Parts: sequence; structure tokens; C-alpha cells
Amino acid sequence: MIEVKQLVKSFKDGLVETRVLKGIDLSVENGEFIAIMGRSGAGKSTLLYQISLLDEPTSGHIHINGKEVHMMSEEEKMLFRLAEFGYVFQDYALLPELTALENVALPLIMQGLSKAAANEKAARALGRVGLGARLNNLPSQLSGGEQQRVSISRAIAHEPDVLFADEPTANLDKESSSTVMDIFKELHAGGQTIIMVTHEEEFAAFAERIIKIDDGRIVSDTKL
Amino acid sequence: MFSLLNIRVGFYLALRQLRRASRWTTSLIVFVMLLTFLNLVVVTGLLVGIVAGISNQYRIQETGDVVITALDTKDYIENSPQIISFLQTLPQPEATSARYIAAGSVEANYFSRIDPNEKANKSGASIVGIDPVAENEFSNLSSYVGEGSYLAPSDYDTVLLGPQFVDRYSFGEQPGLTPLKNVYPGTKIRLTINGFTREVVVKGILDVPANSPLAARVFMPAAELRQMMERTDYSVNEIAVLLKPGADAAAFRDLLKRSGVGERAKVRTFDESIPNGVAEVQNTFAMIGNAIGSIVLVVAAITIFIVIFINAITRRKFIGILKGIGISGSAIEISYIFQSLFYAAIGSTLGLGFLYGFLVPYVSAHPIVLPISNAIIVAPVGGTFMRIGLIVLTTIIAGYLPSRMIVRKNTLDSILGRN
Repeated sequence: MIEVKQLVKSFKDGLVETRVLKGIDLSVENGEFIAIMGRSGAGKSTLLYQISLLDEPTSGHIHINGKEVHMMSEEEKMLFRLAEFGYVFQDYALLPELTALENVALPLIMQGLSKAAANEKAARALGRVGLGARLNNLPSQLSGGEQQRVSISRAIAHEPDVLFADEPTANLDKESSSTVMDIFKELHAGGQTIIMVTHEEEFAAFAERIIKIDDGRIVSDTKL
Repeated sequence: MFSLLNIRVGFYLALRQLRRASRWTTSLIVFVMLLTFLNLVVVTGLLVGIVAGISNQYRIQETGDVVITALDTKDYIENSPQIISFLQTLPQPEATSARYIAAGSVEANYFSRIDPNEKANKSGASIVGIDPVAENEFSNLSSYVGEGSYLAPSDYDTVLLGPQFVDRYSFGEQPGLTPLKNVYPGTKIRLTINGFTREVVVKGILDVPANSPLAARVFMPAAELRQMMERTDYSVNEIAVLLKPGADAAAFRDLLKRSGVGERAKVRTFDESIPNGVAEVQNTFAMIGNAIGSIVLVVAAITIFIVIFINAITRRKFIGILKGIGISGSAIEISYIFQSLFYAAIGSTLGLGFLYGFLVPYVSAHPIVLPISNAIIVAPVGGTFMRIGLIVLTTIIAGYLPSRMIVRKNTLDSILGRN
């Protein structure tokens, strides 16, 4: 479903060009739970950003459901991110002036749902991660673990094809991290495709496939 | 950009951002918008009001709503008594004043002048003969007496002096108008008309601004002036008519013209009789007001731009997240436009309430006393709403531009806080 060929990503700082990804080949099937691992600076988050259409690769090809990403307009990419993808960020990335319910409902409204329908769907998604009683709390009134669960709810409320998670447990304590990983496990059991970046072996073990990256190249691709 | 969906999402975001924004920040921005509104409307309104005050002085002190004067070919209004009688039969006039007007001179300190070659303390003057009771009903002339007292119908050899003739009130010497020294109520002065000189007593001195039509006039009872002018009939030089509230001056003028008055005299409304210079000054002041208003508008636009820009730049990460999760850039920009509109709308609404609920009625009741006139605030509703439109338009642009600048930045750079 996702096909990556010879993906290169470079960053320029004046005359100095740094190649972070050096020709990545990768394919992701529907329903897979993939953990991308590697030491700090190996290029794992950069790879995730390219696949999830948050960034533009320097060269190479990404095909999603047979469609070449390179040919998509910004508008198409935006619509793709809205409808087909879900994102969980390391720092939760919730909007501070929106309640938990509103944070989750906002992308649904952008998809054209009425406010009532969006709220209903958002409440259901929040209920799924155990936050049914915290719908009207602002992010500042929630713990780190709860905020990350709101972030997961936002990512899954519209039932995306792929859920991207960038170090989802990095800012959480052990208990909250386990809760988040349990949610991922449950989602995966329901058929959700998940691509997760992590540097923690313990949580990578929840995935069914571990891709290790070092110095911008895939050094191992293991199915558990 | 302005699809229904983008507007919906933009409104959804704006509403929540405003609801949960710092109340102090919101109050400050609204206060800036309120001041912008007042500055824009009141400065122009006051400048125009200064001239309106001057114009109004002419209306209430001299011409009334309709003024009848001699034809260009005549020195006086023929058949004046018939015209005055006709006016008394009509329901529209509230007060009427018929005046005799003659060019003459006034002289003071002639007792103390020893050397015949010494320049006389003398000034040219417009002498106005009035019925003290009718004139007082018309212009409330007695209320302007600053020193001494008002004329009585039975007075003889007494005059009221405009302040321009008295050196302690006047703005200095002007061509043909030399202020009289040592003149107080009770002082004797010489009045000369058509070569006839009479010694009269100053009964009162008027206290009005220099540009008041009363400032350079000498008032005396009509019968005495008629005598000095050697006018044997009762033909006056000017009949000023003040109409009842709501009466249409143009319609009344037409009525007088149709009834034959127009054949014997010039009949003009106040607007037609106002000196050209006053209208030009009024237009000039309005232009100055608009120029100042434009500067105020630019300052307000910069203020809103800075406020929205700081807001957008501090929220750059969240704007990146919004774009990242698929919220369109247009919806985000529209949310900032809505926020700007909110500030402009609340500021202007508060300004409207303050302007028409307090400022305009208060200043109308208590005009601002300035050396040249008693100024009011002229703020026609149409003009005010046009200025609100300008504020709203400026605010939309000032809110849109900075949000557009931030929204256009790379999504991932915004999320990660990279430059």
C-alpha cells in the first residue's frame, strides 16, 4: 500500500549539504504495525515525515495506494493527511484553547461532518482510549498520558488508513507509556496500519515488524 | 479560499481562540479599536463641528432659517410692513426680526483729545436698528450681554456694542475697525450716520466670539436709527425668520416666493445666505479631518497587524500542527480574519454607543467653547458607518496578511519550530 523507492532527503545549511536519508527502499502492507528504530540522528523521524507527507523528499519516489506522491498538489496532500492519515506526535500537539472533545472533533468538521456528528464521533474515539469523562477538559487540565491519549483519539477518530506515531511514549512515564502501547496493540488487532518511530526496544516489541535505520540507511528489516 | 467549509472551520477556531484568549489582551485590542473609531469619527466631526458652530452662529444670531433682504437694485425692502404682516399670518415662523441697517462710525475719547491733529479713536461700524423685544425673541440677544444691560424698547440715546469695538475684547486693529479704548457701560460715544452725529451712551457690551455676526455690530432701538437714517417709512433692510422645529426652510422660501415676496425682495434659506468662505472653511476642515483620520487608520492597521502577527508567530507551532492534521491554510487564515473582525466590531460598537449615546448629545447640549466658535460634534450616521466600513476593511487586511505569512511557512518547520 505504501511503496518507497530510493528516498533521499538532504538538508542544506549554507554551502553545507547534509544527507539524512540515503536511498531508502521500503514497502508497507495494509494492517502492518511497523516500528522504526535507530539511534538519535539516524534519520528515523525524517523517514516518517517523508512517508506521512509532512515533508518533501529531495529525491526518490513514494507511492501511496498506487499514487505517486510527487505528483500531488499541496491541496491533495492536505486532503490525504486529513482523510487517510492519523498523526501522534511526541509532544501530543494538541491545540491549547480547544477542549479534548474539540481537539478530536476539529479534523472531522474539516472533513465536512456537522458539529453534532463530529462531536459524537470524537466522544466515541475518546471513550475508546478511556477519556470519556474528560471530554470538556482543556489540554492544560490533563496529564501527559491523558494528552497523548487525546492525541491518539484525534488520529484515529476518522478511521485513517495509516496511523503515524513519532516517539509517542518519549515524554511519558512508564505507566502512561504502557497504556498508550496497549491502545496501539488494540488498534492493530482491529486491522489498523501503524508506523511508529521509537528508540525504546520494549515498545518496539509491540510491533510485528522492526526496521532499523543507521546513518540514513535501513540496516535491518525484521518480522517478529 | 472562502468555501463554506473553510469559513465554518475558521469560525470554529476563531470563536474558541477568542473565548479562551487572555481577557486583558482582548480588552486592550478592543480598547485600541475603540480609540481608533473615536479618533476617526470624532476628530473629523469636531473639525467640521467648529465650522458648523460658526455657521450655526449665523443662523441663530443673524439670518434665521430664511432671510429676506433688499433686492440688489434697492437699499431697503419695499413694502416691508406688508411682508411682516404676511409672515405673522403663517404658521411656520417661530420668531421674526425686522432690522434697519446702516453704515456709520463710532468714536470714543473725543473729550480727552486736545490736539486736533491727533488720530481720532474712531471705527467704522454696521449700525443695526432693532425692536429689542422681537430681536431678543429671535436671537436671545440679551443673553450675550457681557457687561451692562440689554436695550429696553423705551431706551433713548443708548447702544449695545459688539466686542470688536472694545479694545479689551477685540483681536487688535483691523482695516476700518479701530477698537475703542476706555469704553465701559455708561461711557458716552459718538455715533455718526450719513453725516448726522449723535452722542449716545453705551448701555451694554456683547460677549461673543470674534467671528460671531454680532461681534462687529452696534445695536440701537429701531425708531432712533430710522430717525438718523431719515427713513420716513417703515421699510427695513433685513427680515430674519426663525422657523419652528421640523419646518422645511426651502419649502418656506418657495412659499414666500410664490406669494409675491420674491418680487419685492431676495428670499434665501440659511444655506443659501451663508457666506461662501464659511462653506469653504467647512470643506477644508473636513479634508483635514479625513487626512488625520487616514493616519489614524494606518496606525490602527499597524497595531492590528502587530497584534495578529505576534499572535500568529507565537502560535506558529500550532498553525503547523493544524496544517499537519489536514486543516486547510485558508481555514486558518479565515480564523484570524474572524478574530480581527471581532476586535473591529466590538470596538466600533462600543464607539457607536459612546458617540451617539453620550458624546454627540452631550456636546450638542454643552458645546465646546473655542475662541472662534462654540464647537459641536458633527457625525452624520452615514459617514460614521462609512468609517466603520473602512475600519473593518483595514482590520481584515491587517489580520489576514500576518496569518498568511505564517500559514505559508513549511508545515514541518512550523511543527518542529525550525526556521
